Amino acid sequence: MPLLALSSIRKRYGSNVVLNDVSLDVEAGEVVAVIGRSGSGKTTLLRCINGLEAIDEGSIVFDGKPLPPGGAELRELRRHIGIVFQSLNLFPHHSVERNITLGPTITNKVPLAEAKAIALDVLREVDLEDKLHAYPAQLSGGQQQRVAIARALAMRPRLMLFDEITSALDPELVGEVVKVLERLAVSGMTMVLVTHEMGFARRTADTLVFMHQGRVWEKGPPRELFAAPKTPELESFIRAVLEPNG
Amino acid sequence: MSRDFDWPEFLFLLGALRWTVVLSLIAFVGGGIGGLVLAIARTSSHAILRWLAATYIGVMQGTPVLMQLFLAYYGLAVLTGIRIDPWPAVTIAFTMYAAAFLGEIWRGAIQAIPRQQWEAAAAIPLAPSALLRHVILPQAFRIAIPPTVGFLVQLIKGTSIASIIGFVELTRAGQLIVNVTFQPMVVYPLIAVLYFALCWPISLVALRLERRIDAALGIKQHP
Repeated sequence: MPLLALSSIRKRYGSNVVLNDVSLDVEAGEVVAVIGRSGSGKTTLLRCINGLEAIDEGSIVFDGKPLPPGGAELRELRRHIGIVFQSLNLFPHHSVERNITLGPTITNKVPLAEAKAIALDVLREVDLEDKLHAYPAQLSGGQQQRVAIARALAMRPRLMLFDEITSALDPELVGEVVKVLERLAVSGMTMVLVTHEMGFARRTADTLVFMHQGRVWEKGPPRELFAAPKTPELESFIRAVLEPNG
Repeated sequence: MSRDFDWPEFLFLLGALRWTVVLSLIAFVGGGIGGLVLAIARTSSHAILRWLAATYIGVMQGTPVLMQLFLAYYGLAVLTGIRIDPWPAVTIAFTMYAAAFLGEIWRGAIQAIPRQQWEAAAAIPLAPSALLRHVILPQAFRIAIPPTVGFLVQLIKGTSIASIIGFVELTRAGQLIVNVTFQPMVVYPLIAVLYFALCWPISLVALRLERRIDAALGIKQHP
């Protein structure tokens, strides 16, 4: 049984169909990279998976249970699904440590001392244990995203969602974040990433999903898709991202 | 025959200044509690709560504080059949007035927190009350300091209206002294100075508070 099963999801904004009959299974330990042009529905797909957006049709089943529409049940399920966003959105009024311990102490009712130990643990995973007492404004964008990853990991999620987390960063800061993602993938974390880092997707993803016009246009092992795209849309997309000026 | 303005008159003014301070404090604290409730209701997902809060704020902001004062003073007397003192009437009126304005200021501060902060908190996943308490309200507090202090200063000066129904605060005391000394150009400038001495430090303390918070959070100061 897959950890996450999306079947025939449809999502509209008014008359605009953003997701059209999207089905996708994600096995435990699998790393799925979602690529596609802007407006192809990638981000919406990710936001639907943890209930930030409601779907109009279809079903989302996580760990055998359908995604509840909202309230305490949705929150209960979200404890197991971490998400990191494109925008830098650490809590600016809390230290790095408090950013990370908020979820464990308040949502998971972990004692503070234990939560602090978790914070140190997850900060080590992103190589930022020396920033424990820093405030977000004192960190670079890359460091903020790594803390955001640590904040999500502190909940010990079973699935991690990443929504273009390097897109808002200066180019020289992308590498350090990608390195953390690669390490996380190797550790066996189940991950769904929306990304524009094609090198990363090719190296690390087990499955590549190409979205186009709100549909899963092509899906398969990244090497195969990059080497031999079956559709002209994927072919032209790959050409565009690999040779942006060509 | 008139008396001159001297120490007893000055001490009388200082005594009345105390009532200006007490009235302002009660209205600010009581209005603060009411304002917080209103601000949260105004930004809640329940339509009825939003509507109730918006209606209250709209009525209070759309009517002169003087009318609210008259309604509290004469209205309560008519409704209860008991003649009430100016003191409870002015406290009730100014507290309700302050609640409306603070509620609106703080609603703006809450809504100024970017949507991404709400989503990040919902992803951890904090329940709505914890989300407000740990993520939204602390940030809204920082944003709200300048307009809140601006309102507090307005409120302190605005309590002079209470003199109209006979409540002896600083302005009313000044009128009484002028009536016996016939020295308006001594008394009224002095009263202005007393209001200033009350309000100016508050603004300074607020500015220092803002700077201190920003420095602690590593936020660069604006020049």
